[in-house]
Amino acid sequence: MPDLQSQDYIRRSASTLTPPSIRNHEQEVAKLIDVSRCIGCKACQSACMEWNDLRSEVGRFQGSYDNPMDLDPSTWTLMRFTEWENEQGNLEWLIRKDGCMHCEDPGCLKACPAPGAIVQYANGIVDFISANCIGCGYCIKGCPFDIPRINPVDRKSYKCTLCSDRVTAGLEPACVKACPTGAIMFGTKTDMTRWAGERIADLNSRGFQNAGLYDPPGVGGTHVMYVLHHADRPSLYAGLPDAPRISPLVGAWKGLFKPLALAGIAAAALAGFFHWVVVGRNEVQPEDDAEAQRLMRDSGEPK
Amino acid sequence: MTHPKGTLRRNTTAARINHWITGGCFVLLVLSGLAMFHPMLFWLSELFGGGQWTRAIHPWIGIVLLVSYAGMIVQFWRDNHWSRQDAAWMRAIGSVLGNDERAIPEVDRFNAGQKFVFWAMALLVPALFLTGIVIWDAYFSPYTTIEQQRLAALIHSLLAVTAIVVWIVHVYAALWVRGSVRAMTQGYVTPGWAWRHHRAWLRRLAASGSEGPRPRVSTGRQRQ
Repeated sequence: MPDLQSQDYIRRSASTLTPPSIRNHEQEVAKLIDVSRCIGCKACQSACMEWNDLRSEVGRFQGSYDNPMDLDPSTWTLMRFTEWENEQGNLEWLIRKDGCMHCEDPGCLKACPAPGAIVQYANGIVDFISANCIGCGYCIKGCPFDIPRINPVDRKSYKCTLCSDRVTAGLEPACVKACPTGAIMFGTKTDMTRWAGERIADLNSRGFQNAGLYDPPGVGGTHVMYVLHHADRPSLYAGLPDAPRISPLVGAWKGLFKPLALAGIAAAALAGFFHWVVVGRNEVQPEDDAEAQRLMRDSGEPK
Repeated sequence: MTHPKGTLRRNTTAARINHWITGGCFVLLVLSGLAMFHPMLFWLSELFGGGQWTRAIHPWIGIVLLVSYAGMIVQFWRDNHWSRQDAAWMRAIGSVLGNDERAIPEVDRFNAGQKFVFWAMALLVPALFLTGIVIWDAYFSPYTTIEQQRLAALIHSLLAVTAIVVWIVHVYAALWVRGSVRAMTQGYVTPGWAWRHHRAWLRRLAASGSEGPRPRVSTGRQRQ
């Protein structure tokens, strides 16, 4: 993605200063994926490839509807199919459109060591600015959803942009545009949450008592949300995390340890410097030379 | 190897070359590693040609360091066995830091501080290598889980900061104890230096008629 001179950053990776943020009077957006209305047609996958000019390598049939089998640098969204036998012994075909969740508190951005390689705009979209990406893979470690993928050819990390280029121009993301059943909706997060409430009420009335909205608080909420018929068990849907959060290992690594480590290194160097100032160098004294000469003379001269 | 008459060989040419390859790699690893560790030090990546180059080259330098430090272990481990005198030296650390040599037990080729640096690095370097392999994304990411990589990244940074502090101690001690830097650049020290800092080593050299760095192995004709 080109950097569109957004001036509406609310977060910028590996930056200790406030990023350009004056144009922040915008509403938070969200994509709402209503799993209960999805028919698994993969139009969203095709539209993503089409708009973003992505073509993954053609793979081989693995005995699954999943195609390709996983996200990759050129597959930013993927239908994941789960055949689940419910308590009544009936088959439920659970189809989830996987991709970046655009967390309010993005683990990828927190882990990224390259200034400005990952940014978050005031509308909530998390975007990779590839020119700044150094290909280290820290975003993969930071992500609670296993989304970013590094392209081995250019060593850059890629994921869904939520069509930030389209959204900037007032258009909805390509997958939303292509969805034939209205299972993918796009708008302000407030509107999407309200719309999800109507859908959940409808599902409840049809016997899905546990229908609900997936907007996980562990990552501050997300800008891609799901309506799930079984919101009490998100992991049914091809391993959607039940309670995603940034790993405490990443939190320790990227949190308090960073300033403490620099302070520790600086303290060690300063301790050395002030030892020099206070105590001074340890110099060989004339009597040391004399004693050494006496010892060597008594022992016989070395040859 | 030549050295001025009347001086003692402290380190062989091979050991010095080995040491400076190790030291050079360590400095490059510190600079490139800190660039990827803290945003305020990311500018250090420019020394390596930018962030991509820094990320790519750091692990390769690490491999050179691992091999080089293995050489250091081979050359120095015999003189780094921990002994009872080392514990006494540690108890006298106040006198050591105060430059008061009279109150310090006689030291052989290496004192307890030097042995600490040697063994600390002997543990840290392989541990940094192993954790580094896990987060060497370009070649090794398929072999571990993301959770393992998270743990490795945290441990790698903890170990690296520890190694940097040990290295600062090492460098400062070399500057502080005058004559030590020359021992590793040109390789020799004066007998007075050896008397002051490594008296037991000097006694062993003198007794065997050796110019260093190790006492002559007794062959029965050393005093001929």
